[in-house]
Amino acid sequence: METQLVLEKWQGVISTVIIGAKKEEGGSRSDTVKIGGQITMPLLFKEGATPNKPRIAFEISDIAPFDFDEELIATYGKAVNDPFAWADICVNEYKAGLLCLKMQGTHPDFGNKSPESAAKFISALLSKVKVPLIIIGSGDDAKDNLIMPACSEAARGERCLIGCAVQDNYKTLVASVLADGHSIIAESPIDINIAKQLNILISDMGLSLERIVINPTIGALGYGLEYAYSIMERARLAALSGDKTLASPFICFVAQEAWKTKEAKASSQQGIIWETLTATSLIQSGADLLVMRHPKAGQNVSNYIEALFKG
Amino acid sequence: MALSGLDIYKLLPKTNCRQCGLATCLAFAMQLAKKTLPIEKCPFVSLEAKTTLEAQAMPAIKLITLGSNESKFDIGNETVMFRHEEKFRNPTGVGFIIDDNHSDTEIKERLKKINQLKFERVGQELRVNLVAIKQNKDAQRFLEATKLLLDNTTLPIMLMSSDPAALKQAAVISQERKPLLYSAQQKNFAQIAAIAKEFQLPLVVTAQDIDQLSQLTKELNALGVKELILDTGIKPIADKIWDLTQIRRQALKKSNRALGYPSLAIVQKSDPYEEAMEAGAYIAKYAGIVLIKGWYSWEVLSILTLRQNIYTDPQKPLQIDPKLYPIGQVSRDSPVLVTTNFSLTYYTVLTEVEAGKIPAYILSVDTQGMSVLTAWAAEKFNAEAITKSLNSLGVKEVIGHKNLIIPGYVAMISGDLEDQSGFKIIVGPKEAAGIPSFLKNLQ
Repeated sequence: METQLVLEKWQGVISTVIIGAKKEEGGSRSDTVKIGGQITMPLLFKEGATPNKPRIAFEISDIAPFDFDEELIATYGKAVNDPFAWADICVNEYKAGLLCLKMQGTHPDFGNKSPESAAKFISALLSKVKVPLIIIGSGDDAKDNLIMPACSEAARGERCLIGCAVQDNYKTLVASVLADGHSIIAESPIDINIAKQLNILISDMGLSLERIVINPTIGALGYGLEYAYSIMERARLAALSGDKTLASPFICFVAQEAWKTKEAKASSQQGIIWETLTATSLIQSGADLLVMRHPKAGQNVSNYIEALFKG
Repeated sequence: MALSGLDIYKLLPKTNCRQCGLATCLAFAMQLAKKTLPIEKCPFVSLEAKTTLEAQAMPAIKLITLGSNESKFDIGNETVMFRHEEKFRNPTGVGFIIDDNHSDTEIKERLKKINQLKFERVGQELRVNLVAIKQNKDAQRFLEATKLLLDNTTLPIMLMSSDPAALKQAAVISQERKPLLYSAQQKNFAQIAAIAKEFQLPLVVTAQDIDQLSQLTKELNALGVKELILDTGIKPIADKIWDLTQIRRQALKKSNRALGYPSLAIVQKSDPYEEAMEAGAYIAKYAGIVLIKGWYSWEVLSILTLRQNIYTDPQKPLQIDPKLYPIGQVSRDSPVLVTTNFSLTYYTVLTEVEAGKIPAYILSVDTQGMSVLTAWAAEKFNAEAITKSLNSLGVKEVIGHKNLIIPGYVAMISGDLEDQSGFKIIVGPKEAAGIPSFLKNLQ
């Protein structure tokens, strides 16, 4: 007797967000990156379409990073002191499809770069590197509100993904993103209600839900991974059940969490596997964009994604 | 699927005879649904009703115990598709396959390494669970290799052979250890079932799809073999995830008894990174047992840590002992940061304090495992609770100053806390990530 399969029929669909604009679209990127668009829970290909694969963004910083583990510094060598050389290695050597730039040097404690010099830096990077760009502030709210509008304007038309908007500091960023044709990262502290609320606040300002990517805030393997894992599953189930305000793709800042752990610092292989497994576990719960650092971990995850989507 | 009180009522005599002690059959049915009274209280209940209710009381996914000694472990008895719906109950057993064509020395060496794979994380011990020996040569070699397993590990064992005669020989010598047999397939299930039945051993059933699998489990049940574990054979990872998900759904959503067993997945990849990623997918997606070959401790630690995360009860967060923890080369002048005893919060703060490279104390207050804001809302991280910890955890004896750093999210308690504790309160950053620069600026 044939066993009747149990299939979930969802009415919702995750928004498709496009990052990067080519010349004919008003930008200067060589390619665009599409995420989201799925109509089923992760990796259940026989149940419904998952039109876009999860993508890996390599993380770079405008100044030499201070939170990079020795293993990472050793891997990138002197390039970490020169963001352009660093970006070049990621794109040409490690075949990064997109880059995630952190404007660390604008932080009051780490160089306090002015909005003008931040904007100049963005323009220079855009002219040197042709892949789509994610731009992240330094995390200092007051300073980000000065810097990010300048960065956004410098990248006008390039359809970048810019972040991170948080519940008590989103208006300035939304206004810039709206004006300059980018998309936004909405960050919530492992909290599905805040994620939903922030998406509503942002869309109330006129930025469509199709231009929002949720940063659910993740913990690394062994450091609260399961919280984000379940928040993502819950949000995804709600979205597929028809809640449009949660139907955004997820971006997960994998590397910054993974490399902070004691385990990652213990040995080169353990660091790589920590970043790798944090990433693939989050793919299992719905991650669409993974921000990563170690090329070997990036390659592991990228091979894994290819294998999953091949069959 | 649980029966409602009304469903049960339909099965009762509906005579309101009161012999069960309740006024009506409906009231009795409601108690049955809550499982507060046994069906035996009704002297007139039909056999059909009894069978239905007993079946309902059985777990949707059978609980199976593997092994016999102190290393034995349970799998199955799962009740939800997603961990937030309640929790995942019995952590995936992580096991290792050893091929019998390796030399004796090699096998012993591997077992030694596998036996040593124990880790301590967030106050829990993480262990591996199972060793499988796989036949690649003749029955004699398989028997010798099984002996090596019995003599060189106390972990539960699994016997992998497609030759019923070889499997039986190995089962004979290892029966006291309750080995798991691998596996019954369409071509040989009657013979393998006979071994499982004779020695009362759990058995893996292998078939390429769930139709064949349910057919086989029914046949095996009819033969009296009921301790079964499901395996859908070798296939790409995404197909395996689909099978594992489908088996879980069949058991939980359709009460399909033929598939109401734990499942097993054998990892196909051999590169340690690839192996960990594949094993990780199966741990997250419902496998009762995952078998790998690699035994590098860095690889196994990552797999066991993922299992620990996925199987943590979302309602009972991991906690640490509430006390004053010295971090680095502390002195009487080192700053004191107060936080909760929720493991994740504590370890996050710890990581940042260590990253800041400035020696400090972390005072962990007993919040019963709640995070900062949750504990504050529940009045377990307020001025009273923190003052109590300052007094009871010996802070004043260890430090020579009266300054206390509190998380930025509870800045509102500073006034009260200052009054009650007599400490000067310094409001720290909201997020732990701000601690290194905060401590730097404090100096």
